[in-house]
Amino acid sequence: MADYSLGLQCKLCGKRYDKQPINFCTDDFGPLEVVYDYAAIKANISREKIQSRPRSMWRYRELLPIAGNPTVGPQVGGTPLIRANRLADELGVEALWIKNDAVNFPTLSFKDRVVSVALSKAVEFGFRIVGCASTGNLANSVAANAAQAGLEAYIFVPSDLEKAKILGTSVFGANVIGVNGTYDEVNRLCTQVAFKYKWGFVNINLRPFYAEGSKTMGYEIAEDLGWRFPKHVVAPMAGGSLIGKIHKAFTELHEVGLVDAPVTTKMYGAQATGCNPISDCVKSDRDRHKPIRKPNTICKSLAIGDPADGIFSSKLIRNSGGWAEDVSDDEIVESMLQLARTEGVFAETAGGTTLAVAKKLIEQGRIPRDEEIVLCITGNGLKTQDCLADAVERPANIKPSLEAFDAIYAGDPVLV
Amino acid sequence: MTKVQIPPPLREQANGLAEVPVAGATVGEALADLVRQCPALDSKLFDSGKLRPHINVLVNDEDIRYLDDLETPIADGQAIALIPAVAGG
Repeated sequence: MADYSLGLQCKLCGKRYDKQPINFCTDDFGPLEVVYDYAAIKANISREKIQSRPRSMWRYRELLPIAGNPTVGPQVGGTPLIRANRLADELGVEALWIKNDAVNFPTLSFKDRVVSVALSKAVEFGFRIVGCASTGNLANSVAANAAQAGLEAYIFVPSDLEKAKILGTSVFGANVIGVNGTYDEVNRLCTQVAFKYKWGFVNINLRPFYAEGSKTMGYEIAEDLGWRFPKHVVAPMAGGSLIGKIHKAFTELHEVGLVDAPVTTKMYGAQATGCNPISDCVKSDRDRHKPIRKPNTICKSLAIGDPADGIFSSKLIRNSGGWAEDVSDDEIVESMLQLARTEGVFAETAGGTTLAVAKKLIEQGRIPRDEEIVLCITGNGLKTQDCLADAVERPANIKPSLEAFDAIYAGDPVLV
Repeated sequence: MTKVQIPPPLREQANGLAEVPVAGATVGEALADLVRQCPALDSKLFDSGKLRPHINVLVNDEDIRYLDDLETPIADGQAIALIPAVAGG
């Protein structure tokens, strides 16, 4: 299949670059973004064509920047969009959906989408060693997908990360390096390592391609709604890339003629108060976020103090008519429980953050109760169980006798 | 004497050097001296006299935004690193 991407372009000055592993403009250090031949895509894509393909993120192949077929992660994506009626009743809203990437394949987070593109591209560029800087979910995904692709992986994480996320990386045979520092320090180190060793770092020199994978979450939401856009989307923000890519996905679907109506979706960003550079930037109407030196929250997957897309996501949120908020660790845990107990979805801390922020925005009147809302759940609660230890009841331990059960059960028996 | 570490994409404008020795008591003065020695770096690092937003400047591994920005004092022997900021997430 044809590669409809034309090259890379600086988001600040517009300078064009050939397709290559580079993430910033050499004139002004602005981020590079993939540009496409949308006219050619429009002539070669249709709803029927997409719907005839397997339910994975690669059914939108024409809108992703690789040559040929994906070599890594061909089965990623295609996660459920759930109509969340019980949660909607509790929140007092009419129509609520959950895009559930907590069950993405193979590593239970939306990061499988970005890694599938990045590692397919890494193979295309001829890298044999790949890596990433990660708060956990990306670590899991790079390690798993690299294993499947037969690539060697070096994964750099803050050393205080949740145990489950470190183990869930090492299990795939990746070289895991715990760095005694914040994510931003890990990230900076990886930038230097990428320069020195010329490895394929998915979120550094492969970042323009990597970030495009997030768009597929947006394509799937629109297709599952019957090829239309929701009024309101709430997404978690760490580096601030995902929220922009979901919006870009909607814009592209309109551009290539798959959705007739133009995009009017309002985008809302969610952060933890203990690391809120982007929501603070939106709320205080600053042009540029103030970096957070030492993030302090249980929501480690969103703990990026100096987000690469902070400036762009703040601007997008404001321009779309949306807003951003941040919530406390207690609110995050409470919302994790609420999501699990109303919809049977066990999301990680970032999912609790997204729901808690949605509730706050609904209560503030920023999101109207009578319009359709989509919550983006990006990771799985099985990876962040530690924070719930005190929040859930311990199971009753009893002897295997009916008498022992009767002693703890208060209900009336049907048969005496 | 302080050294500024130059990332590979900027070395062409720094006469091919990985490190450039500079003089100055603050980060601002040191970078001004760097630009005096390597004029081609000026437009890469600064826009209308202001440091571009997507380049991070570190003194002994600490981001100057957490210190005193361009006013951050530098002691003899400390290294200044320039690192592209658009990464991660």
